[in-house]
Amino acid sequence: MKRLTKFLLSAAMVATMATSFNAVQAATPPDTLVQAWQMDDIITLDPAEVFEFTASEILGNTYERLIAYDYKDVSKIYGEVAESWTVSPDGKTFTFKIRQGKKFASGNPLTAEDAVFSLQRAVTLDLSPAFILGQFGFTKDNVKDKIKQTGPYEFTMELDKAYAPTFVLYCMTSSVASIVDKKLVMQNEKDGDLGYNWLKTKYAGSGPFTIRDWKANEVVVLERNPNYDKKAPLARVIYRHIKETATQRLMLEKGDVDIARNLNPEEIEAVSKNPDIKVDSGPKGGLWYLGLNQKNPNLAKPEVRKALKYLVDYQAIADTIMKHKGTVHQAFLPKGFLGAVTDNPYKLDVAKAKELLAQAGLKDGFTVTMDTRSTADVTGTAQAIQQTFAQAGVKLEIIPGDGKQTLTKYRARQHDIYIGRWGADYQDPNTNADTFAANDDNADDAKAKPLAWRNAWDPGPLTAKTRAAVLETDAEKRAQMYKELQQAVLDDGPFVIYLQEIEVAAQRKNVEGFIIGPSFDTNSVAQAKKN
Amino acid sequence: MASSIANGGGGHDALRFYLTKTAQFFLVLATTLLGLVAVTFIIGRVVPIDPVLAIVGDRAPAHVYERARQELGLDLPLIQQFWIYLKKAVTGDFGNSVLTTNPVMTDIANAFPATFELATLGTIIGTIIGIPLGVLAAVKRGTLIDQVVRFLGLAGYSIPIFWLGLMGLLLFYAKLGWVAGPGRIDVTYSYLYTPITGIVLIDTAMQGQWDAFWNAVSHILLPACLLGYFSLAYISRMTRSFMLNELAQEYVIAARVKGLSEMRVIWRHALRNAAVPLVTVIALSYANLLEGSVLTETVFAWPGLGQYITNSLQNADMNAVLGGTLAIGTVFVLLNLVSDLLYRLLDPRTR
Repeated sequence: MKRLTKFLLSAAMVATMATSFNAVQAATPPDTLVQAWQMDDIITLDPAEVFEFTASEILGNTYERLIAYDYKDVSKIYGEVAESWTVSPDGKTFTFKIRQGKKFASGNPLTAEDAVFSLQRAVTLDLSPAFILGQFGFTKDNVKDKIKQTGPYEFTMELDKAYAPTFVLYCMTSSVASIVDKKLVMQNEKDGDLGYNWLKTKYAGSGPFTIRDWKANEVVVLERNPNYDKKAPLARVIYRHIKETATQRLMLEKGDVDIARNLNPEEIEAVSKNPDIKVDSGPKGGLWYLGLNQKNPNLAKPEVRKALKYLVDYQAIADTIMKHKGTVHQAFLPKGFLGAVTDNPYKLDVAKAKELLAQAGLKDGFTVTMDTRSTADVTGTAQAIQQTFAQAGVKLEIIPGDGKQTLTKYRARQHDIYIGRWGADYQDPNTNADTFAANDDNADDAKAKPLAWRNAWDPGPLTAKTRAAVLETDAEKRAQMYKELQQAVLDDGPFVIYLQEIEVAAQRKNVEGFIIGPSFDTNSVAQAKKN
Repeated sequence: MASSIANGGGGHDALRFYLTKTAQFFLVLATTLLGLVAVTFIIGRVVPIDPVLAIVGDRAPAHVYERARQELGLDLPLIQQFWIYLKKAVTGDFGNSVLTTNPVMTDIANAFPATFELATLGTIIGTIIGIPLGVLAAVKRGTLIDQVVRFLGLAGYSIPIFWLGLMGLLLFYAKLGWVAGPGRIDVTYSYLYTPITGIVLIDTAMQGQWDAFWNAVSHILLPACLLGYFSLAYISRMTRSFMLNELAQEYVIAARVKGLSEMRVIWRHALRNAAVPLVTVIALSYANLLEGSVLTETVFAWPGLGQYITNSLQNADMNAVLGGTLAIGTVFVLLNLVSDLLYRLLDPRTR
């Protein structure tokens, strides 16, 4: 008997060892979606603080907001936690009705009390994204009076001005307006921090998934929320931090991850030939642009600004270096936004650029530097631009640097030209108009520092026009105002916008329903599944 | 010295030796760490990266930015900032990392075991293979074997580890499927055990999670061999030259004249003497690996110290960088101590 047990035991051990070595070959479990992603920028998971692309996406899948929009058509707004809403005749008071019967992942019921708490909390904590709500005149001191619960499932929000209703509603779709579980958060409050230190790494939401674990620079694990109305098909979604894109590719081809998120153009080309892999993409609200510092006397000349816009080979960049990653776009509102101008008037035209430079008294060109982040796509683009600039005698010196380093210099207005990317903060056109076309104070110690300020550009009357556009309630008139603003910046602004960003995700063939939405928090795994 | 020879290294002197060594160790540790902190601190403050950016991001309003700057104490004079840091550090508080929001020491306690596991295995592989290869090359000097060993050493020195790592993954992971891919363990196993030491191989084995253990083995195999190869390259080269030196000594000729077998001459006599400087070589190579091989860690998505410090540095997360530097400094001083002790063991003249 004893001998038999011993035999069985050792047989079992041998068997497990054998299977464990087979496991090396196995694919990911069928109810678990594994993604390879560069996500070392996550510093917090608190909706009141999250402002990074990666963490926004995590929150988009784990929390709900009052309002959401259709990812296929951004202009279609619908209530998510809100069942309906009304606007008072003077346009200043919004009344929201909350859907009844909703529950948080914790099991606590979701009521108007949670919605009011969440918005008040974000304004009171006053962290990076709080300004999105602050635009409506909410401050730490007045928010308790301005956002008020009026019934178990109803609350009102009183704004300081009559803003365009879509502007208000789009801001309510951003992650800072996520609804958090008041009871759970307040159970974990310490020294009046509104649960901030707890929620930074924990979860208190009602979305399709819950956040089970976050290990910085390593992994984020989401688990299906059993209390969510539309149960997610997947039990688990795992994001693995894989910094090296070539490694991401190998893991995808091997089947150790289901989706690779950061492949570069050549790698996308290569995997798209693999019969087990499909490549999906969607346009994003991000723009690639050059910022021309107006403190540089040459760049401050209007003819030079215009000449440089004729010295970029837009199509070539989109077709080669940034293939699969961007399409040509030149106005400051990305395609898909209200009023976006999409006719892209500039093309590489060396003769015209030379003519403009001659008019500026720079017939023989000039020398200028560009602070360039040392990543393959940015450096490649910079080199392409260097080449086309040179055709008109403009000598471009590329100063390589790490991302944060070039950004620090840019923010201090110490650059000549900066090459970089700008992402929209929310889906309303004001987000980009406010930064590209408005600058209330061009002094070095200004309070607000939009992109126009960073390039020391005073847009003159455009600032007032931008401010007026958020108050225009007629959608058509409002769109027209943004068109004019974009045209003005296209003609004379210190920005050479060259691409609108496209996000690509290479996926195993059996993955279905992973959505690449128009903004970073609308990349959704809620209905994704594996066949 | 003379008295210690007279006493034949008696107990009393040994005790004194260890006491002096201990005192010396702490003195060296303290000065090294203080120097490291000072230099790193200054570097951290002069790098042209704004640490506030990592906290509030690029798009925060001015008042949020300003508040975060004050919370970091960046508005104070440099000397004062340094003093505050030192005062806290003495009590064991190295501040929090901006990026991970954890206390720096918690982060390092998480990252170091990953690096330790990899570096230790790498060094073991490098030593076990490197020394015999080096000895062989020295004995068969000028033959084909010598050429091959020298070529291996040279290649290990000159091929970028990053490239070799990717090629290794391509071949052994993607094509042949002999080993598991990047990361320390498959996600399916990663919740089967509770981390105690942080060293996955030990944790899984202690808890009897053999599936997880074997999975971890197949994950660590490739990066450990890679690091092993690099330390092998160094160790075999040095062994060869130490051995050549020893083999030319008169005592070797004497031993041969006495009619001792060639095996005995090489392995017992010559290598024994070459072993003393070799200890330093191995310790140095081990220390190098313990710093965390950033490139290997990046290719293999290995969440170790090298990646942690590099990522922190790129974000000017200075608490994390300082903490990491201190950890590495401590490791260096410790290894120094260990090799000192080994010297004493191997070389009777130092007793």
